[in-house]
Amino acid sequence: MKAPDFSYEKPTSISDVLSLLANDELDCQLLAGGQSLMPMMNFRMANPGTLVDISGVSELAGITECTDTIKIGAMVRYCELEQSTIIKTHCPLINLVLPYVAHAAIRNRGTIGGSIGLSDPAAELPAVLLALDGSIEVTSGDGVRLEPASSFFKGVYETACEPDELITKIILPKAHSQQKFGFHEVARRHGDYAMAGVCIAQDSDLSIRVAFFGVADKAIRATNVEKLLSGSASFSQDLIKDAQNATSEIEFEGDMNASPEAKQHIANVVLERALKGMK
Amino acid sequence: MSGPATIFDKPRDYIGKSIPRSDAARLLRGQGRYVDDMQLPRMVHAVFLRSPYAHAKINSIDVSEATQAAGVIAVYTGKDIAKHVEPYIGVLSHLPGLRSPAQYPLAVDVARWQGEPVAVVVCTSRALGEDALELINISYEQLPAVTDTLDALSSESPLIHNEYDSNLAWKREVEAGNLEEAFAKEDVIIVEKQIKFGRHTGVTLETRATICDYIPGDDELIMYYAGQAPHMLQFILAKHMNMLEENVRVVAHDVGGSFGIKVHTYGDEIATAIIAKLLRRPVKFTADRLESFVTDIHARDHVVDAKIGVRKDGSIVGMGFNDFTGIGPFSMYPRTSAIECNQILNLTGAPYQFEHYHAVGNVVFQNKTLMCQYRAVGHPIAMAISDCMLEEAARAIGMDPVQIRRKNLIPDDAYPTKSATGMRFDDLSHHACLDKLLTIMDYDALLADQAENRDNGIYRGIGFVSLVEVTNPSPMFYGIGGAPIASQDGATVRLDAAGALHVSSSVTEQGQGTNAILQQIAADVFGVAMARVKVTTGDTATVPYGGGTWASRGAGIGGEAMLLASHALKEQVLDVAAVILQAKPDELDIAYGEVVMKDTGEQKISLGDLAKIVYYRGNELPDDLQPELIATRHYRVTDFPFVFTNGAMAAHVEVDTNTGFIKILHFWAVEDCGRVINPQLVDDQIRGGVVQGIGGALYEECVYDTDGQMQNATMADYLVPMASEMPEITVAHVETYTKTSVLGAKGAGEAGTGGAPAALMNAVNNALAPLDCGMWQMPMTPERVLRALGKIG
Amino acid sequence: MTKTAQIAVTVNGEKYVEDVPVRMNLADFLRTKLGLTGTHVGCEHGVCGACTLFLDGVTARSCLTLAVQADGAQITTIEGYETVKNASDLIKNFHNRNALQCGYCTAGMLATSIEYIEQGNPADREKVKEHISGNYCRCTGYQAIVDAICTTIEERQG
Repeated sequence: MKAPDFSYEKPTSISDVLSLLANDELDCQLLAGGQSLMPMMNFRMANPGTLVDISGVSELAGITECTDTIKIGAMVRYCELEQSTIIKTHCPLINLVLPYVAHAAIRNRGTIGGSIGLSDPAAELPAVLLALDGSIEVTSGDGVRLEPASSFFKGVYETACEPDELITKIILPKAHSQQKFGFHEVARRHGDYAMAGVCIAQDSDLSIRVAFFGVADKAIRATNVEKLLSGSASFSQDLIKDAQNATSEIEFEGDMNASPEAKQHIANVVLERALKGMK
Repeated sequence: MSGPATIFDKPRDYIGKSIPRSDAARLLRGQGRYVDDMQLPRMVHAVFLRSPYAHAKINSIDVSEATQAAGVIAVYTGKDIAKHVEPYIGVLSHLPGLRSPAQYPLAVDVARWQGEPVAVVVCTSRALGEDALELINISYEQLPAVTDTLDALSSESPLIHNEYDSNLAWKREVEAGNLEEAFAKEDVIIVEKQIKFGRHTGVTLETRATICDYIPGDDELIMYYAGQAPHMLQFILAKHMNMLEENVRVVAHDVGGSFGIKVHTYGDEIATAIIAKLLRRPVKFTADRLESFVTDIHARDHVVDAKIGVRKDGSIVGMGFNDFTGIGPFSMYPRTSAIECNQILNLTGAPYQFEHYHAVGNVVFQNKTLMCQYRAVGHPIAMAISDCMLEEAARAIGMDPVQIRRKNLIPDDAYPTKSATGMRFDDLSHHACLDKLLTIMDYDALLADQAENRDNGIYRGIGFVSLVEVTNPSPMFYGIGGAPIASQDGATVRLDAAGALHVSSSVTEQGQGTNAILQQIAADVFGVAMARVKVTTGDTATVPYGGGTWASRGAGIGGEAMLLASHALKEQVLDVAAVILQAKPDELDIAYGEVVMKDTGEQKISLGDLAKIVYYRGNELPDDLQPELIATRHYRVTDFPFVFTNGAMAAHVEVDTNTGFIKILHFWAVEDCGRVINPQLVDDQIRGGVVQGIGGALYEECVYDTDGQMQNATMADYLVPMASEMPEITVAHVETYTKTSVLGAKGAGEAGTGGAPAALMNAVNNALAPLDCGMWQMPMTPERVLRALGKIG
Repeated sequence: MTKTAQIAVTVNGEKYVEDVPVRMNLADFLRTKLGLTGTHVGCEHGVCGACTLFLDGVTARSCLTLAVQADGAQITTIEGYETVKNASDLIKNFHNRNALQCGYCTAGMLATSIEYIEQGNPADREKVKEHISGNYCRCTGYQAIVDAICTTIEERQG
C-alpha cells in the first residue's frame, strides 16, 4: 500500500498556503498531522496532485488565552492540548476526552485542525466543539470568518470549510466555575473509534448541550434531548429515561460494530453514564 | 555406555529451566533477519493485481500500457504464469471423497475469490509497481457469488465448479454405537443447539513475504521463506516448476509469527519463484496488510447443529452434530481444507467417556478466501461443541459444571484407552488437571463472588473446558495420504575445534523458542554450557531432512531427535576420550565442556583439546581409530497417530448487560504437555494461545457481504486482541511424560487457542443463566449479546 | 516520474543526507535507504504500532510520516535504544522475561514502553496495558511485556 505520487510543498505563511489552494491545477490537499490523510493515501483512496504541509506555518501554532475564549492554532497537536495548563484550566471537557483519542503515538502528531477539518463521524473533537458551542476560524482569499461549530459539520468528511480555504483557529469559550461537563464513550477496544459517545456541557443558567459522536453521519447535537434536560440542576432516573427516548430524533447509522438499533441502545447507555458522571 | 534413557537420572542444568532465549538478544537490538529486510543485487518487486470480485470471468487483460510504465520490467497474466507451472490439487488419499479442481498460482479464465491474483507487475519498486497496476485493463464478467455455506448446498445454488454436481467438497460421517436409538430412551435429557463460529484469520504481524532467486548455470532456485515447512516448499517448488528437488533451496531465517498461516502454498509466492526463474534475478514479494486479509488462509467458519444427551445423574449418553463449514473455492494445497473438519469429527468429546456418537461434517466450497490449518486446527470448535453443550446440559439437570465433568472425564488410571471414535490416548491427566485448576482459581471463592454480585445486578460467570490437543503427529497425519510432509525430523550435532557445539535441526523457529529448546537439550545432554551451542534451522541445504514446525511437534519430535543426536555424539566423544586417556568409556562423562571421571568429576581433558587432537593431530591417535565428532539422529512417533496432551482451563467474566460488553476478569490454564523443557517459554506460548482464542471468541470475524466482498479487511475494522482488554492468565502444569520418547515432551503451542473459546462461551452462558438467555455464536460481540438479552431487535 | 527531495536526518546520533521520493514514508526510508531494518512495517495505516519510533523526542508512527516531513529531525530507532535512550535495563528485562517471541512488534513495543517510563508513569499494570494498547502483539498475549515494563520501573525506583 504505497501512496501514489504527488508534489510536496511546505509553505511558511497562511497567504502562501492560500495561493497554493487557489491553484486548481495543483490539485492540493492539506497535510497537517497526517494521521488520517496518510492512511487514506496509503490505501490510494486519496490521490492529491500536491500535498501542502502546513506544519511550518507558525501562525497556525500556539494556544492563546483571551478574556473569554481560548484560541487554539489549527496545527496544535493533541499532545500539546494534553500538556497545556491553559486547556486543563479552561477547557476541562477536552481533558476528559483526550485519553480516549487513539493512542499516544497518534496524539503526538495528529492536530485539532486536522480532526475538525476531517469531520469523521466517530471522532471526539467535533462533538467537543458542538458541546462547547465553539467556533472555527476559516481563512480564505476573501478574508477571515468565524463559523459556529453548530453549522460546521455537514456530513461524513464534509464541513463548511471549502477546498480552497484553511482552518486557522479553533475558538472555545472559557469554562465558568458553575459549568458542568460530562463525557462517556464506549469502544470495542481502548483507543478505537467509539461505538457511541457523548459530550455534554451544562451552563450556569442550566442550559445544556448534548453532542453525540460515532452514531450518525457526523457529530450531532440531540436538540430534543437538550430541551428535556435543560433547566434541571440534577437528573432523576425518570428524566434520564425521557431523555433516552428522545434520542430517536437522531438518524442512527450502523457500522462494522453495531447496527442502527444497537447504536441507539448504546447511545442511550452513554447518555445515562455521562449525565450521572457530570462534574 | 548407557542408553539415552539415563539422561534424566540426575538433575539437569537446562532442561526444565526458564532460561532466556539467545535469539531474543539480537531481536531486541533490531538485528532480526526477516525476509523483507533483505536486499539482493538487481532485486525487483512482484506486485499483484487481484480480483475485486468474488466470482468473475476474466474476458480480457490488456497489459500494454502497464508494460510501458516507469520501472516496469515485465507484466504477466494468469495465463502467462500457467505456462510455467504444474497446477496443484489440494486432496489427500486418506480423506476419501475429498475433491478439488486443479489450481494455478494466478487465476486463468475465472477469478473465484476477491483477492485472487490475476496479473503481476515486476517492477523496480513496490510503489511504481502499484502505479503500474492501475494501468492494467481487465474486462471482468461478474458471476453469481456463492457465499452462504448452507445455501451453497441447495440445488438452486450456482456452482463454483461446473465439473462437479454440487458445491460440496467433502463429507464424512463418524458413528459409534447408535445415537438415535440411545436418545430415544426415556431417561435421556437431550439438549440441542445451533452453534455458529465466525470465520477468522491469523493476522501475523509480519505479513507473508518471499524473495526468490534463480542462478543460471547452477539451475538453482533459492526461496527466502517466511514460513514453517522449508522442505515441504522445496518439494512443491520442484514438483510444480518441474525442477530437480536438489536444485531448489528454501531458507527460513526470522519469521514474524506464523501460527499455521505460513505453512501453506500460496499462488503469489509460487508465481514469485516462477518469475525469478524467468527473469534470472531476485524477485521480492511482500504482501501488504490489505492483501494479507484477503489471501492469508482463513479458518473456523462453521455452523454446527449439535445435540447432547445426558442422564439425570449427569452421565453422558452420547453426542452428535451436523457441521457445515465454508472453505474457499479450492481445497488448500497440500494439507487440504478438510483437515479442520476432520479434527472436529475426530476430537469432539474426546476427554469424556460415552458410548454413542454420530457426527457428520460437510465441507463446502465458497467464493471466499481459501481456508486451511490455523493454530489449534479444529480444536476450538470441537472443544466448544462438547464442553458448551455439556455445561448447557448441566444447567438443564441442575448440576454443577465441575461435577458433570467429574462424572464423565476419562479416569486418570484408564490409560491406554480409546475414544468412542477410535482416537487412542495414553498418558493423559484430565482429573489431575481439573483438581489443580480448581485449586489455583479458588472456585469456591469465585462462586461466592458470583452470588454476591448477582444480588447487585452484576452478572459474572465462570466457565470451564477440559480439552485434548493433538501434538507430535506421526506419518498418519499427512504422509499416509500422499502429502510431501515429513513427520520425522532429524538433528545433527557437531563438535568443533574450539570445543563449541554446532547443531542443526529440521524443525523451525517462528518465535516460539524452537532454537532455544534445541540449544537447551543439546547443551544438557551433551555436556557443554548453553552459550557454546550454536543452532541452525530453516535451511534445506544444511539441516537434516524433516517436517518443520506445525501441530506442536517442535519440542516433542525435534527435541527428541536433538536429544538422541546429542547423546550419540557424547558416546562417540567418550569413545575417543577413552583411547586418549587410556580409560574405559563408561568411566567417563562430559560436564561443562570437559571430559571428566564419572565417579569423582575430575577433569581430564577439555573438549577443545580433544577436538584439536582429532582435527589437527590425528597422528597421535591409533591408525585404526577414525573419530566422528558429528552425529545425526532422526525420530518419528510410531506408537500412536498423534501424542495427545490434555488440559483444564477456566474463564471468569463479567457481562455488562447494558452495553453487551464482556470483560474477562481472569483466565486460568492447567496444561499437561509432558516434560516441560523451558517453563517460561511454554507458559507464554499458552498465554499467547489463550489470547488468540479470545480473539476468535470475542473479536475476530471476517465479515463478507452477499457478493463475497470482505467488508472489514483493515486493522481498524478487523479487531484483534490488544493489551487493554486482555486478562492476566495464570498457567500451571501437570507433567505426565509421554512414553513415546526419551525426552517425554509433548507439544504445547496450540492448547491455549484450542481451549479458550469454549471456556469463554461457558463463562458467558454461566453469567447469563439467571437471565434465561445464552450466547451460541462466536465472536460474542456486544451487539449479539444485546440481542440475546432482548435489549434490541 | 516520481518526485524527489533531499533530506537531512540524524538517526541514532548519526547524520545522513539522502535523496528520497517525496511519497516515501519514514519507515521505508529507514529500511531501504539507510539499511536500518529494525523498524518494521505491519499495516501501513497506523493501527498496529509496529513502526513506532522516536521523532524529535516523541513516539510517532513512521508509516504515517513522510520521509520529507522528517527533514532536519532527530530520530531514534530500536538500533539506538540501548545507547541513545539508556534503555539497557528495559531491554534486559524484556529478554529475561521473554517479552518477545517472534520479535516483529518489539521495535514499536520498546518505543512505547520507553515513552511510558520516561514520562514517569507508575508500575501500575492497568495503566501500562492502556499505554501499550496501540501496539499489536500476536505472540505473547501481552502479560510478559507488562511484567518487563513494571520490573524496569520498580528497579529504577530502587
